Amino acid sequence: MSLRVDQQIISDWIPDGAKILDLGCGNGALLNHLQQRNITGYGLEIDNSKFADCIRAGINVLQADLDEGLSQFADQSFDFVILSQTLQAIKRPDFLLREIVRVGKKGIIGFPNFGHWQCRMQLALGGRMPVSKALPNAWYETPNIHLCTIQDFEQLCSMNNLTVLNHSIVNHEHKDSLGIRLLPNLFGQIAVYLVQQQND
Amino acid sequence: MPESIPADSVGLVSPTTLHIDSPLKLDCGRTLPSYDLVYETYGELNADHSNAVLICHALSGDHHAAGYNSMDDRKPGWWDTAIGPGKAIDTNRFFVVCPNNLGGCKGSTGPNTINPETGECYGPDFPIVTVPDWVRSQAVLADKLGIGQWAAVIGGSLGGMQALQWAISLPERIKHTVIIAAAPKLSAQNIAFNEVARTAIKSDPDFHDGDYMRFNTLPRQGLGLARMLGHITYLSDEAMGQKFGRELRSGAIQYGYDVEFQIESYLRYQSTSFVERFDANTYLLMTKALDYFDPAKEFDDDLTRTVANIEAKSLVISFTSDWRFSPVRSREIVNALLAAGKPVTYAEIEAHQGHDAFLMPIPRYLDIFGTYMQQIAAEVAA
Repeated sequence: MSLRVDQQIISDWIPDGAKILDLGCGNGALLNHLQQRNITGYGLEIDNSKFADCIRAGINVLQADLDEGLSQFADQSFDFVILSQTLQAIKRPDFLLREIVRVGKKGIIGFPNFGHWQCRMQLALGGRMPVSKALPNAWYETPNIHLCTIQDFEQLCSMNNLTVLNHSIVNHEHKDSLGIRLLPNLFGQIAVYLVQQQND
Repeated sequence: MPESIPADSVGLVSPTTLHIDSPLKLDCGRTLPSYDLVYETYGELNADHSNAVLICHALSGDHHAAGYNSMDDRKPGWWDTAIGPGKAIDTNRFFVVCPNNLGGCKGSTGPNTINPETGECYGPDFPIVTVPDWVRSQAVLADKLGIGQWAAVIGGSLGGMQALQWAISLPERIKHTVIIAAAPKLSAQNIAFNEVARTAIKSDPDFHDGDYMRFNTLPRQGLGLARMLGHITYLSDEAMGQKFGRELRSGAIQYGYDVEFQIESYLRYQSTSFVERFDANTYLLMTKALDYFDPAKEFDDDLTRTVANIEAKSLVISFTSDWRFSPVRSREIVNALLAAGKPVTYAEIEAHQGHDAFLMPIPRYLDIFGTYMQQIAAEVAA
């Protein structure tokens, strides 16, 4: 199983032996990859069509609807709770974000940046809702109901008293560039954030 | 009757009776001085005895889980959809053991077998056995078969409860547990349905306080009614609607009280055929075993503490339209396992068949179940 760009970044951030929860784990590729480094945990997924793949990959997969929150898990019961490329499909991303930092000592959230210049151009000049490689569906049929920009996400973090410990903003080729470094919200396609609840 | 045995069937099988002379102390306080367990096996036990799986049956099940006992059999065993060469429980890789539970009516010691102390059938005097009692007796069977540790203990409904109890009671003797369409204990509604079934049986004038055999009769009406009620709870509204709808037997309403709708006819058929193959005292006993099942009771009703000693990995499966043991009830088991930090996989299968879905050839269900079993087979080098 090969890892997506965001999953490669996430993998680098997780130390050996950590206990993790992967929200929206798909076919279990990330957990399967991390298991080699003695990282254990569970994957949550609403669609059981890929459960056989998860089982074959040797991971614990649980059917769950993330819109219902993570009430089945105790506070701070995981080292990392991961939500990658799924935030935009959640009914209440703010609620799930709070759940992530309640259940996890740290949270990792990856999302497609809707502030990328191509999205902006499609809307500003074309007058149409953006369609891209990362967001391929038309507006009326897309599961991606809560798209945000990098600035939007950072604002949500600060409104919820989350500290950003690390972040990585890249394009689909997993490449950094001067443009991305200077103007991440304009040139970044994929954003991954490592966050933690502020203690106060 | 099978014209020929299908290639993915275990084929013609016959049961074995194991006589156990050591006493079994039961939860109710009584002791069975000796007892018989009837069981079937499919597949071959490997050299290091690591590939054995135990199948636990549900309320009206028995030891005949797969294949045919004779070429005259109308249907194969009750879980033939899941057990056989190349099937989810692959008999090319696993040695499958399925006993008839104590208190059953298909050969294992129960109400319709002879009490050696009196020389007559136990009848209503047969002690009520519990899920933990079954696990103890199945462990004796495992000892006799030379199985120190099961690769998996598997069951649906009341069978799933036995699988859970195995993991709790004898953690070192089980590597995996597969708990399908079950619950950690019955709800008040579940017990209520059981009580209506028992009342139907006990109020039949032919029941004679359970001594019907002595009177050479059977409480047909009562047991049939109990089965009709049970059957309604095994199916979903949707499944019944799809199968029967409001279809009439004769095409027109007769303005009378005879059987008119197809569903009425179906329930009557279920009821009469069941009465011929099942014992009323066993039915009463099985419903009591269900009602009493509550492993968390010994742990201050804390299910997380109850499962804390489990060493097995678990697969839990539920079905969306099951309202007898709904997905919420399976999630109670899953959440306790999660809180205790145990390895668990949980799937909620989209199915319209209700509680009975666990016996049905539902592709997604059998794919997940079968893949999990293949992982076990690889792990135990079966």
